Amino acid sequence: MRANIRVRGLIDRAVTWLCVLATALAVVPLFSVLYYVAARGLGGVNLAFFTELPAPVGEVGGGAANAIVGSLQLVGLACLIGIPPGILAGVYLAEYGNSALGKLVRFSADVMAGVPSITVGLFVYAIVVLQTGHFSAYAGGLSLAIIMLPTVTRTTEELLRLVPEALREAALGLGVSKWRTTISILLRTALPGVATGVMLAIARVFGETAPLLFTSFSNRYWAESLNEPTASLPVQIFTYAVSPYEDWHRQAWAAALLLVVFVLLLNVSARLLVRPRV
Amino acid sequence: MNTLSTQLRPSSGSPLSVGRSASQVNWGDRVFKVTTAGFAVLIIVTITAMALQMLVSSKLSLREFGWGFLTSTDWNPVLGSFGALPFIYGTVVSSLVALALAVPISIGVAMYLSEMAPPALRGPLAFSVELLAAVPSVVYGLWGIFALAPVMRDHVEPALRTLFGFLPFFQGPNQGFGLLTGSVVLAIMITPTITSVTREVFKAIPRTYREAALALGATRWESIRTGVLPVARPGLVGAAILGLGRALGETMAVTMLIGNRPEISASLFAPSYTMASVIANEFTEATEDLYLAALAEIGLLLFGVTILLNLIARFLVWRVASAGGRA
Repeated sequence: MRANIRVRGLIDRAVTWLCVLATALAVVPLFSVLYYVAARGLGGVNLAFFTELPAPVGEVGGGAANAIVGSLQLVGLACLIGIPPGILAGVYLAEYGNSALGKLVRFSADVMAGVPSITVGLFVYAIVVLQTGHFSAYAGGLSLAIIMLPTVTRTTEELLRLVPEALREAALGLGVSKWRTTISILLRTALPGVATGVMLAIARVFGETAPLLFTSFSNRYWAESLNEPTASLPVQIFTYAVSPYEDWHRQAWAAALLLVVFVLLLNVSARLLVRPRV
Repeated sequence: MNTLSTQLRPSSGSPLSVGRSASQVNWGDRVFKVTTAGFAVLIIVTITAMALQMLVSSKLSLREFGWGFLTSTDWNPVLGSFGALPFIYGTVVSSLVALALAVPISIGVAMYLSEMAPPALRGPLAFSVELLAAVPSVVYGLWGIFALAPVMRDHVEPALRTLFGFLPFFQGPNQGFGLLTGSVVLAIMITPTITSVTREVFKAIPRTYREAALALGATRWESIRTGVLPVARPGLVGAAILGLGRALGETMAVTMLIGNRPEISASLFAPSYTMASVIANEFTEATEDLYLAALAEIGLLLFGVTILLNLIARFLVWRVASAGGRA
């Protein structure tokens, strides 16, 4: 009997250590990625990286200024196209979402969230690039917006539902109309949470590559307008990483460092933003 | 949530809507509802349009090859013959191997984080695992080329060959770029997804289940094994399927590591090609209509399969969550 208890204790201990091992194994890649990106990327980050265009193939030097600006343009467009509809659709789900239409919308948003980003690129290619006849920042921004839309919608809905019912009733009881209540009281209260969700969605699309390959494409020069092929950091990293040139690899790491720092900052600040409230 | 508030809605004409006559319609509310509904419908329209557009884009290929598209291994753009089997094989095998690696690890992490870890460690560890999901795919690809692939080539693959070299999966030349490396990076990328869903599932199971076992003298592991895991099982399957859905559609990191050769080989060391990768690599180069349609059909397949998997997974997770809520 005693031996039995000892064996059971040992098994318990062993399972605990296996779980510790699993956790260690899961976290190691994160630190390895962060280490490599920092160690190799810092060497490539200099003034030229932020201010110059890529050097011609084979020449050393140059920068990624156009890709940095391009990425910001693409994400900016995605926010403009994706966030307002996402928030409004989220409001609909929270306020009127118990209808059959609400259920269908929620279902569609979930389905949309699971669609591989590359197929979103194929879709936008067919409806924008083929129609206009050329790649453009607009097409890239639209594909990123489509990827953001379901996340923004569902986060907005969830956070609006968390607002205490008493607030809504107090406003309605004072004779405030429903739409004013929703906008001035509910959305206002839920704002930090919604902002968090939006920031996480931005962080995600900032690193998206696959849908940009055949929507915004790439460009080794400045795009004259949003209606032209546009460079972006993720696509640049991809092109440079699979190239045979040493100097391009260096620049790929620098671009990756920039991307990772930005994504981590968004994630950490999103986290700090919600903490004091909940 | 909508019992009192609907009664209080001013336009409903209830006695509580002071200052408004019963017949007065609040146009602001009407407009607000219609506007938000419009944007909500936009989501349905988008996803439907996507499905239809993919069908239209791949029409040429669907008509030309029919079901044979799925079983032909011949991918020759120059001769205009297209078969998707090598890509289906590469996608399925890399995703399944990734799943086999990621599921045990994720369940271990989730068990540690929600049942065992000291409270002070839980937050930072959970955040680290979440950050794994935040690292962009293309950065994993870059890291994979310069950090993971050399380690796989020089250490992991030779070790596997010495230990299991009698199996066909671990034979042939190993260059570090191939199915196995692609699977490893996929496993890293889907671990956070599976972990977070598994933790949610564990959280949905009432404390009393564990306490009942502990009160009977069970060790902590025994309480998890008898009180948590049996109830959680459908949810765990759901978590794994969600991970599989992500792995199937994952593009960049795999494209950069799997070797990109449309061949079917038993060896996991051999280069392969996935559905998402072939679209990423060849779509902008494809000039002929049939070529574009064939790539679009691969996209359509990917679209259909991931949606189906997501639906199954959501149903399974939802079942555990609602069962846990009832108890």
